[in-house]
Amino acid sequence: MSTAPHLDINKDYAERYGFSDPVAYFARTPKGINHEVVEMISRLKGEPQWMREARHKALDIFFAKPMPSWGNQELLGRIDFEDITYYARATQRPETSWDDVPENIKRTFERLGIPEAERKFLAGVSAQYESEVVYHSVKKELEEQGVIFLDMDSGLREHEDIVRQYFGTVIPPNDNKFAALNTAVWSGGSFIYVPPGVHVAIPLQAYFRINAERMGQFERTLIIADEGAKVHYIEGCTAPVYSSSSLHSAVVELIAKKGAYIRYTTIQNWSHNVYNLVTKRAMAFEDAVVEWVDGNLGSLLTMKYPCVVLRGERAHGEILSIAFAGPGQHQDAGAKVIHLAPNTTSKITSKSISKDGGRASYRGLVKIRKGAHGCKTTVECDALLIGAKARTDTYPTMEIAEDDVRVEHEARVSKLGDEQLFYLRSRGLSEEQARLMIVNGFIEPFVKELPMEYAVELNRLIALEMEGSVG
Amino acid sequence: MSEKRPVFALENLRVWVGEKEVVKGVSLAVYPGEVHAIMGPNGSGKTTLVQAVMGHPAYTVEGKIFLNGEDVTAREPDEKARKGMFLAFQYPVAVPGVTVASFLRAAVAARRGHDVPVKEFRQELLRRMEQLEMDPAFAGRYLNDGFSGGEKKRLEILQLLMLQPVFAMLDETDSGLDIDALKVVASGINAAATPERGLLLVTHYQRLLNYVQPHVVHVFMNGKLAKTAGPELALELEARGYDWLETSVGGGA
Repeated sequence: MSTAPHLDINKDYAERYGFSDPVAYFARTPKGINHEVVEMISRLKGEPQWMREARHKALDIFFAKPMPSWGNQELLGRIDFEDITYYARATQRPETSWDDVPENIKRTFERLGIPEAERKFLAGVSAQYESEVVYHSVKKELEEQGVIFLDMDSGLREHEDIVRQYFGTVIPPNDNKFAALNTAVWSGGSFIYVPPGVHVAIPLQAYFRINAERMGQFERTLIIADEGAKVHYIEGCTAPVYSSSSLHSAVVELIAKKGAYIRYTTIQNWSHNVYNLVTKRAMAFEDAVVEWVDGNLGSLLTMKYPCVVLRGERAHGEILSIAFAGPGQHQDAGAKVIHLAPNTTSKITSKSISKDGGRASYRGLVKIRKGAHGCKTTVECDALLIGAKARTDTYPTMEIAEDDVRVEHEARVSKLGDEQLFYLRSRGLSEEQARLMIVNGFIEPFVKELPMEYAVELNRLIALEMEGSVG
Repeated sequence: MSEKRPVFALENLRVWVGEKEVVKGVSLAVYPGEVHAIMGPNGSGKTTLVQAVMGHPAYTVEGKIFLNGEDVTAREPDEKARKGMFLAFQYPVAVPGVTVASFLRAAVAARRGHDVPVKEFRQELLRRMEQLEMDPAFAGRYLNDGFSGGEKKRLEILQLLMLQPVFAMLDETDSGLDIDALKVVASGINAAATPERGLLLVTHYQRLLNYVQPHVVHVFMNGKLAKTAGPELALELEARGYDWLETSVGGGA
């Protein structure tokens, strides 16, 4: 067999995505985390007293809480909270129109394909550069419908009453150490409110990037779909490569009121040095439907388990995720569903690809509480291994307190097989083409749920990740 | 036109599976327009032979393989395919998530060396599918995923017709087919048996040969071609089985 040249994926990554334009920092906090830093952030933003207090309280919780005792202890142990900058902003305040966005930032976005995406598809862009939103536009029709789509800081300024009512109600700061940290230092993220009965026809999108060394990103997203409302929110991330570690720890809270529908689509492609430790949870009331569509490609360590709490009768929750773990990466992802009310239903589909020393773990929880009669849940985990040193593991937990429920669980592990490769190659496809076709087929159930441009982007990213896997 | 040369030839081909020698020196030549049949008892290594010829990485090969006069012994399977070698698998492999149409489009582009416009490709695909009495919806299904035995075999023949190889090996394409499906598949094979192309049918039974007339029949036993003759040999094998050949092979050639 011929040996193909070894390609350093990270290097190629750097060429394609690893650009970083020089940015003038108007404000950044000193490295490290303490009450002074929290105070600075809150003052800089000119926040109301209650939010400032909430931040300080959360910081105390962060200090008091131990690190998770599970998951990848080795990688978690390497996080140095004192070596991270918790807040920086690229420009003084959010821009209102594309023309006002600084040229170098525009260039970065252009290389990520944002303007094009917007022209074609966007309802509004909330593009986060560093820790502050620099560009934010909302289509007129949304405003006419009464839909609020803002960055979280503006949301707090302009709709303090709504934010105060819901902030931290789905994910309180004492939920876990990283949720506490986020509550203390959050900046940016999206705030969406959809009034009763309003259907937002086009997906709302936001683009996030980390653009500085040892820079933390702590977005806070809050989406409220009022009774009978419908909304699809999409976020996608691409990050440049840096040598030292970066921490990304977002909190996303969704509230789907009676009969509402929320779909939240994410594709994350952080550079391979990023810790991506995210808490995502949705509250689904009577007859509400919440869907998490979650794709994780990049990062050093991802720990993310999108959750749906089914609080009202007949509510439905769905979590569809893929994870791609390349060399040195650990994707510890999964899903949680809590059935609190009768006749609620849920479906978890998890697909992971581990390649050449990469590790993907599925960690899931399905809980059916006493009194939640007639619930149905389906869990399907599918792992694909590429190369000899790839690793996958599954940690499913089921806590079922009722008898008249239907619980299905299915887990499969397959290896990207010689027989599949030989079959495709015998039809003229190169080994690389054949591998890519098999992997694309594997993630097809996920990709077909994405809007066209994201599907194209994901396939491109997967192709990039698969480069150099031949031989 | 100069004198005809074989589209496919083997020169003393030997194949090992690990330490075990399964094919112990096979030579044959298939000329343009010829249909050859390799028959042999179950477990005699017929599948190993054709998979090794196609370039399956599990086998070690010695001797020479020629395609259109070119020595392709050391070529990768995809190179052989692009040069016009084809193998219809006995057990086609499923690739979930990849549609028949997208797979075929990629394969056709690889074989022809250029992309085929979508519309043109679709028309050709639908025409070929109709020829094999396949539902157009078939094109949107995932490759061999949940296919019945008969559907898989039809898809192999569809690929044969779409890829237009120089030389094709068909491994037990008749197995697992009911009589109607067999007729359809046989008509597909006959359509593929053009004056320029060479075909090699690998089969255990005479059944397929009632519908596809071979010019040459080989019996493959104990790693060697025990006998080569005209189509009448197939009928003799059907009547007498393979045991009577055992002694002549045992005697050594």
